[in-house]
Amino acid sequence: MIGIEIRKLFRRPRTWLTLLLLDALPTLVAILLAITHLGPRPGQGPAFLSAVLSNGSLFAVAALAIVLPLFLPIAVAVVAGDSVAGEAAAGTLRYLLVRPVGRTRLLVAKLAAVFTFVGTSVVLVAGTGLVVGRLLLGNQPLSAAVTSVSGSNLTAGQIAWRTAISIGYVAFSMLGVAAIALFLSTVGDSGLAASLGALAVLIGSSVLLTLDAAHALQPYLPTRYWLSFIDLYRDPILWRNVIRGVALQAVYVAVFLGAAWANFATKDVTS
Amino acid sequence: MIRTHELTKRFGSLTAVDSVDLDVRDGDIYGFLGANGSGKTTTVRMLLGLVLATSGRIEVFGRPMPKASGEVLARLGALVEGPGAYGHLSGRANLLLHDASGNRPARGSRSDRDRRVAEVLDEVGLGGVGRRPVKAYSLGMRQRLGLAAALLRTPELLILDEPTNGLDPQGIGEIRQLLLKLHAAGTTIFLSSHLLAEVEQLCTRVGVLDRGRLVLQRPLAELQAPTGRILVRTPDVPAATGLLGDRLVEVRDDLLVVAGGDPAELNGWLVERGVRVSGLAAERHSLEATVLAMTGPSSDRVDRP
Repeated sequence: MIGIEIRKLFRRPRTWLTLLLLDALPTLVAILLAITHLGPRPGQGPAFLSAVLSNGSLFAVAALAIVLPLFLPIAVAVVAGDSVAGEAAAGTLRYLLVRPVGRTRLLVAKLAAVFTFVGTSVVLVAGTGLVVGRLLLGNQPLSAAVTSVSGSNLTAGQIAWRTAISIGYVAFSMLGVAAIALFLSTVGDSGLAASLGALAVLIGSSVLLTLDAAHALQPYLPTRYWLSFIDLYRDPILWRNVIRGVALQAVYVAVFLGAAWANFATKDVTS
Repeated sequence: MIRTHELTKRFGSLTAVDSVDLDVRDGDIYGFLGANGSGKTTTVRMLLGLVLATSGRIEVFGRPMPKASGEVLARLGALVEGPGAYGHLSGRANLLLHDASGNRPARGSRSDRDRRVAEVLDEVGLGGVGRRPVKAYSLGMRQRLGLAAALLRTPELLILDEPTNGLDPQGIGEIRQLLLKLHAAGTTIFLSSHLLAEVEQLCTRVGVLDRGRLVLQRPLAELQAPTGRILVRTPDVPAATGLLGDRLVEVRDDLLVVAGGDPAELNGWLVERGVRVSGLAAERHSLEATVLAMTGPSSDRVDRP
């Protein structure tokens, strides 16, 4: 059933269009940087953009930092929000259930498909970033040392595994969004409403993060530690926020998946 | 095949289905009649485990639902409130996907499954539809595709909710023939419909639902039993009226309703006395009259209290 759901997801033209658009923004940024050579000053603009002019390899991480605040969560929320509600709206949910596919099984399969999409999109963005970065921006040899955020030099090997961890961290951060959208998707019959609901949570979280009065809440907001993967490029690595980020996302995933299961397993399917 | 005991479903304060005791037997074509909104679809959804009953018991194939749903649902095919398919895929791709989903994937090779899909597509009259995506199908074609999906695993029991919705008269006739063929091959059919004519032409047993209550459940033949009266059509109304006297129950233009059981005897008797007879039949109860007598006003009608 998991294989079928994944196949279904990737047979949709919309899935590919989403992935294409997701890659288009970092590519556009790379082209603009390559033409103008106007990088933001260090410490301003999206993370790493000041560094990529001299070393294109870093653009893989920069690309993730570009899509992370908005593009990636939108893509994930759209796919996850549509997963159950989309079937309900198309009238196929009832036929899947009388096929029969057990409700828990169906939810697990949907979840696996959404997680696959998250993984694919993150790896694809990082891969595209690496390729266009190497092609268009600073083309130092891959083995050249890179200056870390802390100022010391990192070897190519260090950069490689830190980038791998970053990709994993960004993907894991997106699972929280996926879980919220999947839960909302089991509530109503409108995929759009579920996606927008999940985005509303994220936007609310971002707004509260800028507010000093919400200081007490901030450690628990879903978007709080999203950009903490930058700490992986410090020397030595600052693990504190990365670990907190993983723990926080794990809680969000567990709570919302639990709610999605509890709701879906006992729901009257009237679509 | 299907038995329910005091099956009840409440949505908030609204009782959609109220203590329904269904009894569908092996080999029936069971017509489940009821106006729009009388609770038919909710009942069908409960039988299939989509909607969970508030109280009461359901048994399908003698197994409790929804507890044994994995086993029960694998043996039946269903069409619930219109077909559902992925618009961007072809009918064939939809059926293959449908076939591959589920707890018990079809056994046999890929080519076996391809052949079965081609078979059901032919059966419902979509054999030549090719690679066209379902979003370009007409309503009738979608309905046929839904039926094909229900037939995919040669079910022992078909649960069909308004299967002829959106079909043209020829299409309705074709589907009727197909259902009769399946029934002859041993499939029990549970057909929910608001169309009296459809049920009258097809079914062997009838259940009537009115505002969530099952008000009638009997063999169709009983419902269409003779009334013991004879309908006579004659151009000589005054002569016949005089002759019949007390036996005459009612006169409607040239149609006389006469008490008595044997039309042949009455015919001979009238002709002997010089009354010409242009039409003669034993009066039968009509399903429509019975159903109308047993049910209240249309349930989509909402009057002030």
